Amino acid sequence: MAKIDIHVNILRYQPDSDEKPHWQEFAISVDDDSTILDVLNEIHWKHDGTLAYRRSCRSSICGSCAMKVNGRNVLACETPIHRFGRKFKIEPLSGFQIIKDLVVDLDPFFEKLKRIKPFLIVDKPLPDKEFVQTPEQLEQIGESTLCILCAACSAACPSSWPNSEYLGPAALLKAYRFVFDSRDDCADDRLEIVNDKNGVWRCHTIFNCMEACPKKIKITEYLSRLKLKVVENSL
Amino acid sequence: MKIEEARNYHQIDAVIVGAGLAGLRAALQVAKSGLTAAVITKVYPTRSHSGGAQGGIAAALANVSEDSLEAHMFDTIKGSDYLADQDVVERFVNEALKTVYEFEHMGVPFSRTKDGRINQRPFGGHSQPRACFAQDITGHVLLHTLFEQCLRHNVLFFNEFQVLSLQIKDDVCRGLVAWDIRTGGLHIFQAKAVLLATGGYGRAWKVTSNAHANTGDGVALVLEAGLPLEDMEFVQFHPTGLYKHGILLSEAARGEGAYIVNDKGERFMKTYAAAKMELAPRDVVSRAEQTEINEGRGIQGQDYVYLDLRHLGKEKILSRLPQIHDLALNYLKVDAITDPVPIQPTAHYSMGGIPANLNTEVIKNAAGQVVKGLYTAGEASCLSLHGANRLGTNSLQDAATFGRIAGSHMTDYCRKNAFADLPAKPLEAAQAKIDRLFAGGKERHADIREELQVNMTRNMGVFRNQDGMLKMLAVIKELQDRYQQAGVDDKGLAFNLDLIEALELENLLSFSEVIVEGALARKESRGAHFRSDFPKRDDGNWLKHTLAWRRDGKIVMDYSKAVVIYPQYQPQERKY
Repeated sequence: MAKIDIHVNILRYQPDSDEKPHWQEFAISVDDDSTILDVLNEIHWKHDGTLAYRRSCRSSICGSCAMKVNGRNVLACETPIHRFGRKFKIEPLSGFQIIKDLVVDLDPFFEKLKRIKPFLIVDKPLPDKEFVQTPEQLEQIGESTLCILCAACSAACPSSWPNSEYLGPAALLKAYRFVFDSRDDCADDRLEIVNDKNGVWRCHTIFNCMEACPKKIKITEYLSRLKLKVVENSL
Repeated sequence: MKIEEARNYHQIDAVIVGAGLAGLRAALQVAKSGLTAAVITKVYPTRSHSGGAQGGIAAALANVSEDSLEAHMFDTIKGSDYLADQDVVERFVNEALKTVYEFEHMGVPFSRTKDGRINQRPFGGHSQPRACFAQDITGHVLLHTLFEQCLRHNVLFFNEFQVLSLQIKDDVCRGLVAWDIRTGGLHIFQAKAVLLATGGYGRAWKVTSNAHANTGDGVALVLEAGLPLEDMEFVQFHPTGLYKHGILLSEAARGEGAYIVNDKGERFMKTYAAAKMELAPRDVVSRAEQTEINEGRGIQGQDYVYLDLRHLGKEKILSRLPQIHDLALNYLKVDAITDPVPIQPTAHYSMGGIPANLNTEVIKNAAGQVVKGLYTAGEASCLSLHGANRLGTNSLQDAATFGRIAGSHMTDYCRKNAFADLPAKPLEAAQAKIDRLFAGGKERHADIREELQVNMTRNMGVFRNQDGMLKMLAVIKELQDRYQQAGVDDKGLAFNLDLIEALELENLLSFSEVIVEGALARKESRGAHFRSDFPKRDDGNWLKHTLAWRRDGKIVMDYSKAVVIYPQYQPQERKY
């Protein structure tokens, strides 16, 4: 471990004083094994306390710190700076309104989630113990339950940018997660909700979401399976 | 203008502070009864640190082995080094199965046995494979599932709100005041019942598995309200923190068979816990690890040892422990399939906290008198279920089970009681905290926090002694003084992270003093509290809980709250 000098450009926006976002460069010295989050903390704690960003767990599971580094959506906490060299730029996720600096308004993201009934719905009587679900049945949904709702996928989706009504990859992945859960009894309702020009059909299999996903979930593939299910269901 | 007419005034039956497992489970219980439940959380709910729990949730389902409630109870009591209240443990194990089946019915994607039942794995200190798990992301899926069910049942969410004061008068809690982080400004919440489910206080340490958010806010609010805290000196150090980062590598690795080795390549646990080896409880393993490091057998003489997964094979590592594999790869560039992973003990879990009875009602003294309308559950609370040391996978179970119990009791209380009047000038205390920081002094709060954390890791770690603790106390006093001169760079209202961190620091400085005073006074070693100068457990003098208040600027202690012990579970020597 050694100290290195880096130049970080951050897209700043202070709602009390700025009319629009602008770049600010910070020249600082950090450990060479630092993460992007370490860099933000260093700036915030030692140089400029006004810098705002979200962070919590530091271990890639809470989903707070999704942001754009050199144009790529990443989780700041798990991303080492050596991927980007000694000069790089950090900006907030695209497609969301900026509240301040790197903090964006994710309320629309969570509102979309609510539209697909994002919870298991069981009509049959509950068993005394657990539902039987085989490892093969679990396999259908296993990877999709890794989603941490960080919004990196939706922010990377060109179909989402021009159309605020589009459900987007995260909400659709959540729909997939319940439609394909062997315990759920509400697939028909969900398939009807996503069978819409602002549902699965707005996904043009661009694969940006998959590339952006820090959990490496094969989102586009699951959305394709969801499309297939919609078609099967309407035949 | 009357308070009730103010824009930022809310009247809600049950207000729950914290959106982790305990808070969400309580909110769900209240909301399902038809009453209004609001969750106030400083992060979006799915960002809560329950999601960081990896290995499993304990329940004696007996799906993969013979198991019993009695065995779970005994293991928990022994794990606690006999400081747990056994009536609480009994209630806990009796409710645990129901809690897991409920979760499964809500949609939790538990890993399965071949015949489709919930799979279970071994965990430290448990005599049977009792950890129900979803790969190594158990906390994550439990948290998200609960959040989903809360959406279904119309729980109200106040996301990104920081609670700054409790409204308590005449031993009745009437609500609280919180700062809206996103836009700035204080909000008054008048409530019939308030739950503090604010999680642990591990952020007082530099090397910690805890999230930035885990600053013990609820614990500090209770202390500030003139109420006691319980057993704060008991803090668990997790043996497998990722080296330098402190972030958690789940005990599930060892549950699946991973080894811990020193510089000589020895599985040194054979010296410390020959029967259980790596699956001894966390306090035992962390002490062993720290001893190896202190005696020069850390890797290349440095302050870490290895967690070795290689013999488990690629398939098992990637299917059962994918998150651990990713964390080591991303943070240390170590591939656990081919190389051992550097680890060190890391501050992990707060056994102490806000004292409460079996109904989760907050108590104000050793006699058990309650503060009406005030409840606590999860890591913020001290019932005491975990005593001096918690077993892995008992925390998710604790949070969910006592979250549900809290929700039920809050519902009853709300039905039977009207809203109590708020005290005069409810905003005053909260406003004063904000004003002082905005007026500001020359001290940087980040520097003060750094000094606190570094010194807590140095002096209040796995091994403690009087000299170190007295030094720590002096450091805290000095830092508390300096905090009076602390200000913020950011004078804006919207998303003022600078302000939030400064407010959190006040909390860290406040309860850290209680931790140190409690540890100094307790002249014995029990569970996670180990004193090199008093290395034995002393049941004659110290089989009792610590209650601590801040009175006139001093920490005062009361030891008359006895440990609840059943005849069949008398304290014995603790060997593994």
